Amino acid sequence: MKAGVVRFPGSCDEVDAQLALSRVGEAVLLWHADRDLQGVDAVVVPGGFSYGDYLRVGAIARFSPAMESVIAFAREGGLVLGICNGFQVLCEAGLLPGALLPNDHLRFRCAQAELEVVSADTPFTRGCSPGDRLSIPAKHTTGRYYAPPEELERMEAGGQVVLRYAAGTNPNGSLRDIAGVCNAERNVFGLMPHPEHAVDELTGASADGLRIFASMAEAVDGRVAA
Amino acid sequence: MGASPPDAGVLPGVEDAVALGLTPAEYDLIRDKLGRPPNQVELAMFSLLWSEHCAYKHSKKLLRTLPTEGRHVLMGPGENAGAVDVGGGLACAFKVESHNHPSAVEPFQGAATGVGGILRDIFAIGARPIAVLDSLRFGEPETSERSRYLLDRAVAGIGHYGNSIGVPTVGGEVYFEAPYEHNCLVNAMALGLGSKDRLMTSAAAGVGNVVVLFGASTGRDGIGGASVLASAELGEGDEDKRPTVQVGDPFAEKKLLECSLELLERGLLVSLQDLGAAGLTSSASEMASKGGVGIDLDVSRVPLREADMEPFEILVSESQERMLCVCAPERLDEVLEVCGKWEVHGTAIGEVTGSGQMRIFDADRLVGDMPVAALVDDCPLYDLAPERPGGPLYPPPVPLLAPDVEPTEALLALLRSPNVASRLPLFRQYDWLVQSRTVRRPEEADAAVLLLPDGAALAVSIDGSGRRVAADPYRGTVEVVLECAANLACVGAEPLGVTNNLNFGNPEKPYVAWQLTESVRGLGDACRALETAVVGGNVSLYNEGAAGPIYPTPVVGMVGRLPDARRAGRLGFARPGDAVAIAGRFRPALAAGELAKLCGEPLPDGLPEVDVAAVRAAIEAIRGAVRDGLLTSCHDIAEGGFLVAVAECCLAGGAGAVLDLGASDAPLVELFGEGPGGFVVSGAREALEELRARVPLDVFGEVGGDALSVRIAGHEVAVGLAELRAAHAELERFFP
Amino acid sequence: MRARVLIRPKAGILDPQGIAVERALPALGFSGVSNVHVGRLIELDVEDPSSLDAMCRRLLANPLIEDYEILDGRSG
Repeated sequence: MKAGVVRFPGSCDEVDAQLALSRVGEAVLLWHADRDLQGVDAVVVPGGFSYGDYLRVGAIARFSPAMESVIAFAREGGLVLGICNGFQVLCEAGLLPGALLPNDHLRFRCAQAELEVVSADTPFTRGCSPGDRLSIPAKHTTGRYYAPPEELERMEAGGQVVLRYAAGTNPNGSLRDIAGVCNAERNVFGLMPHPEHAVDELTGASADGLRIFASMAEAVDGRVAA
Repeated sequence: MGASPPDAGVLPGVEDAVALGLTPAEYDLIRDKLGRPPNQVELAMFSLLWSEHCAYKHSKKLLRTLPTEGRHVLMGPGENAGAVDVGGGLACAFKVESHNHPSAVEPFQGAATGVGGILRDIFAIGARPIAVLDSLRFGEPETSERSRYLLDRAVAGIGHYGNSIGVPTVGGEVYFEAPYEHNCLVNAMALGLGSKDRLMTSAAAGVGNVVVLFGASTGRDGIGGASVLASAELGEGDEDKRPTVQVGDPFAEKKLLECSLELLERGLLVSLQDLGAAGLTSSASEMASKGGVGIDLDVSRVPLREADMEPFEILVSESQERMLCVCAPERLDEVLEVCGKWEVHGTAIGEVTGSGQMRIFDADRLVGDMPVAALVDDCPLYDLAPERPGGPLYPPPVPLLAPDVEPTEALLALLRSPNVASRLPLFRQYDWLVQSRTVRRPEEADAAVLLLPDGAALAVSIDGSGRRVAADPYRGTVEVVLECAANLACVGAEPLGVTNNLNFGNPEKPYVAWQLTESVRGLGDACRALETAVVGGNVSLYNEGAAGPIYPTPVVGMVGRLPDARRAGRLGFARPGDAVAIAGRFRPALAAGELAKLCGEPLPDGLPEVDVAAVRAAIEAIRGAVRDGLLTSCHDIAEGGFLVAVAECCLAGGAGAVLDLGASDAPLVELFGEGPGGFVVSGAREALEELRARVPLDVFGEVGGDALSVRIAGHEVAVGLAELRAAHAELERFFP
Repeated sequence: MRARVLIRPKAGILDPQGIAVERALPALGFSGVSNVHVGRLIELDVEDPSSLDAMCRRLLANPLIEDYEILDGRSG
């Protein structure tokens, strides 16, 4: 799999994502001002504070030339993963339902999150089984997931809720403990925790994040083979 | 000689000089050096460069006694940051700086811009910032709403800036003592990694080269004191024209950082300097001084945020997130192109000359003309007049415990006390993960550990002391340095270099001068004993008010290296059955310790002598044992003594311990007494026996169960982990 | 023309900033305060005020979670 990680002014975890993706294939950085996605098989929109979180988190980054290409890529079925700020950008761009709001306790919180896999029926979680636990760190101020009630019902029914914070561990007040969601077509996935910081037990408390990247690589290689 | 100043207008006089913080004698000296009276612009520049903050008038002579050379040193004091060789062709740049006074005014922005400033010092020499640590001191949170407010906002500010710019905050310390109530301390340390052959100096060079200002635009931030020079009168409603608080923008700095590193990476620059205190004045002058050159600056070319700024305002402004560089004229277009790519304003504002003069122009008008040497090198340095204080300087603390307190009650009171309780509520607000190098998180080990590309790791610890240094400035400071080295040893690291921030009161008072002199003497002796060089640092003086001076507070940041990141030590007990021991010749005493504070004891006059050789030997033995993988856990004994250290090991590992210390004449001393050179270690019995051959060792029991059980001289302590954890979580209350 | 746009959190969505402000006021001696919400004010010089509505919907506000009011009476 050749993955591209978009870099905006203010991105922080783009190199971390690139390092993590390099463990399952090739990974390049995509400059925000370039429309050329360099023929990648998957795009990752990384964590950080793109454009200083000015106006609203992700609100400005979504309009960059690179994101225009990413939106087109997603509409054609390309795999797109949004991590933290990336998740926020994808919601602003309309590629994912809902929005991310300030944490209910109003502080930045960095802590290990215990996630439960709700849906293994996505290219991002196909290497997991429903009910699996993933230990992945989360670090954000604006991670409270919100969608209107009817939308949430539709998403649950359609299997678009992909990851939940384990019962009793919700770190930010997200509705229904939602940690990660996908679109109806299942090719775009966003989550607040950072799988790129859980790929190596030396620098992360677990390597559970690798399962997400490995799933993507498997999905991509499967397509290539098919 | 006797010429008239350029752009003379209404010449400022000695009263203006005094209003700007200079002495009449200093004003006369300036006149001599110029051969004429200074004009408004010149006086403003001299007043800043000759201030205590920039010139270190009262401390420079003392600082010259510190050891600054060593086999690992690549860059010593005098540059934007110091740097040491960490192997693999890499250099680690690091420095600590204070932002005490701004943080007392506006703690969020004061702490945030403190982080911003220290980060700029790191990337100014070509190193990518990889970590931040902070050392904070406030008044008592229990009784002071103001101190709770300062704590909450300072932590938020550090988190805001560090997290947003993508540099992990991996360690730090926070202490609460009454003497800091009106003078809080906010010291920020940063580390960076760069190529050892491509470290950038700040010396301007090359007559005809271009001086370029890049980053944020310039406003009236920080002008405050210099406003006496304004030619326009400021009415009451004009206060908002002169903000005293500098507001930091980490997004602007992130762009500035990437822009600077790319400029350096592409070899486009001759030199680089950040703009910090005293803005353009100090940056340009220091660049010229280091390079032995002159600089012509045209202030009309500086991009401004405010209309109608006078030349002296432009020169004195402390607007954040700006850098100054020098490049060859033929590289200017490329420099500006890189700036454009990162959405950073870049403007050529001057030129390097061979004149040795700092010449300031406003378009065609010459408005200032001063010898660089006079500005930067010729500030008078003062001798301190130290005198031992005749009596106690600090009131005793409020007693919270009786002197014959039972060990269990003492343990829980200590764990609950703000100086000991878990710092999780603070560091949970920091991103310690970004950049994927963090091998040991806060509270996992005694030092932060950061992975290097070759599989080795950097270790870093920041430690200071106020109360113990107040009791004994010399020995207290020696203890601080030894504690840093002990923390590094607990993860298996060997010290490579030291940075320090000296936070003291008014040095013109003889007893403060004594504190400062003795402390620097202790710092130097301890660093020499450990063969570790001081590569840079900062001095913050005049930290006092009507209530008196702060505790004399040297803060030391020490960077070290361990050869194998996978062998980095941890502090938590992990294996039931592991033996628990004290390693090192530990000679505890209660005086000046945390228990003595809770009991309301006044400060002793002096601390017990430190056997530096023995402590050094223990440090080396522990370092070796950790590297050899002999130990399951290792933890330096510090605040609260042995039993608090054991409790911390239980909590970090989620494991209890059963200990028997046998008979004792002074159980409270053995359990809670403090002093350097003791470590709580755990590991297989055979492994500890091996360690006994290298360092004095006393086994007291083993890891097991879910409680901390201790027997000593007929006393029994038995506290379950849950109860320990609840006491230890006391700081949660201060972060609702 | 100098335009002003108020952005408010949509009713019904938890507003912890509003709650934090509401809780802080009594401690300072102000009673009788409730229903506090925290939003944003955007001020801009605009040549074509009729474009403000579209600006709000496309960039200045996120219609999923925010309501906007252009301070000449028009709102969304």
